[in-house]
Amino acid sequence: MLKTDIAIIGAGPAGLNAAISAAAMGAKVLLLDRDDRAGGQLIKQTHKFFGSRELHASLRGIDIASLLLARVREFDNIDFRLGATVLGYYEDGVITAEYRGNFLKIKADRYVIATGASEKILPFPNNDLPGVYGAGAVQTLTNVYGVLPGKRVIMVGSGNIGLIVSYQLLQAGVQVAGIVEAAPGIGGYLVHAAKIRRAGVPIYTSHTIKEAYGDSSVQGAVIWQLDEKWQPLNGTEKDIEADVICIAVGLTPLTELLWQAGCQMKYVPQLGGHVNLRDENLMTSVPGIYVAGDVSGVEEASAAMLEGKLAGLAAAKSLGYSIENYDELWQQAISQLDGLRSGPAGEKIRSGLKMLVR
Amino acid sequence: MRIDEHPVLTFTRGKKVTFYFDGKKIEGYEGEPIAAALHAAGVKVLRHSHKKNRPRGFYCAIGNCSSCLMVVDGVPNVRVCVEKLREGMQVETQKGRGDLIVED
Repeated sequence: MLKTDIAIIGAGPAGLNAAISAAAMGAKVLLLDRDDRAGGQLIKQTHKFFGSRELHASLRGIDIASLLLARVREFDNIDFRLGATVLGYYEDGVITAEYRGNFLKIKADRYVIATGASEKILPFPNNDLPGVYGAGAVQTLTNVYGVLPGKRVIMVGSGNIGLIVSYQLLQAGVQVAGIVEAAPGIGGYLVHAAKIRRAGVPIYTSHTIKEAYGDSSVQGAVIWQLDEKWQPLNGTEKDIEADVICIAVGLTPLTELLWQAGCQMKYVPQLGGHVNLRDENLMTSVPGIYVAGDVSGVEEASAAMLEGKLAGLAAAKSLGYSIENYDELWQQAISQLDGLRSGPAGEKIRSGLKMLVR
Repeated sequence: MRIDEHPVLTFTRGKKVTFYFDGKKIEGYEGEPIAAALHAAGVKVLRHSHKKNRPRGFYCAIGNCSSCLMVVDGVPNVRVCVEKLREGMQVETQKGRGDLIVED
């Protein structure tokens, strides 16, 4: 049995920050990730982040991942294991993991679940054809492995992911046939949308996919217009040729471990699906289990980093560890989170979170 | 198709290796996911679904959705979007659920 103060599951923006914060207070940390690279989805993000300097603004996601990894490596009290897939949470507070062919049993006094989220799919005929790919998958293929997903892409969804991935595809030399958005307006930041429009890519608002077609893989799709009640309008069909349909309709939290641990959950569509109740320290209804990042509500990587800091600080403090400027650090992370969630863009997140604070 | 020049990124690839897709020799780079190597070689159909025999490709690329299961070196249900490519691997299109491996 492997014993530690705090086990952190997931080494993305949330998990890495949780590890750094907790380790800085002196806690013994075990950091696990099923992938063999640290950084979670940061490793595919080539765009520069917005916001303040503390939130790594103007750095690209890939560089933020390297920076955080370097910080983690500075701590002797962080045992960092990549290629470790956590398999389950048991009622005696033990978790098990598969680690490079070995079976690990782990008992930690505190857990921070930072498992992130996974891509949603959209229902339409032939959505299982090869060539219908999640936006994250397209980013991985293009930005991490340097392999093009195809020649011509239909992007579904005009949120920030849809817009950013469209731009990244253009950078990589792929044609973007158009962006299809069911809502009457563009979902993401207009600064991203403007770049796409300048490149001549049409954005079809109030449209959705009627069906995809192709023999053994995608050869195109028929899109059609939606009325103000989101019902498709006959006679508005457009046929668009493409070999890839990229689905960027959002993410849903990877909450399996939270369910297993018996955390109280609630369906909150604004946050991507079922998510856990939490207190101001990001502790779930199960004492000792904390959350950070997309697993507890899908937001941006900057919010995940701040939640990681908070959860790491709070988990370490609850075990009796301390740091001189704890209150200042905690308050700073809280105000930065409030800042990120302020304004009209944060309205959806704020209304979702209101349903969850214990 | 592979990207050779990119305005932001440089790709560091492993050593070139050969492997087999349904018996056919293909080249890829060691350590990249099998699915990336197949995609670069133009292979999009990775398996056929067990009831309706419909073609399936990859979807999430993070080992989560089970769309990309293939038979690798005789082992069925390998998630090729996360399984790393090695020299000489035998990768086969999976039909249905795959067969259990029975050891004597």
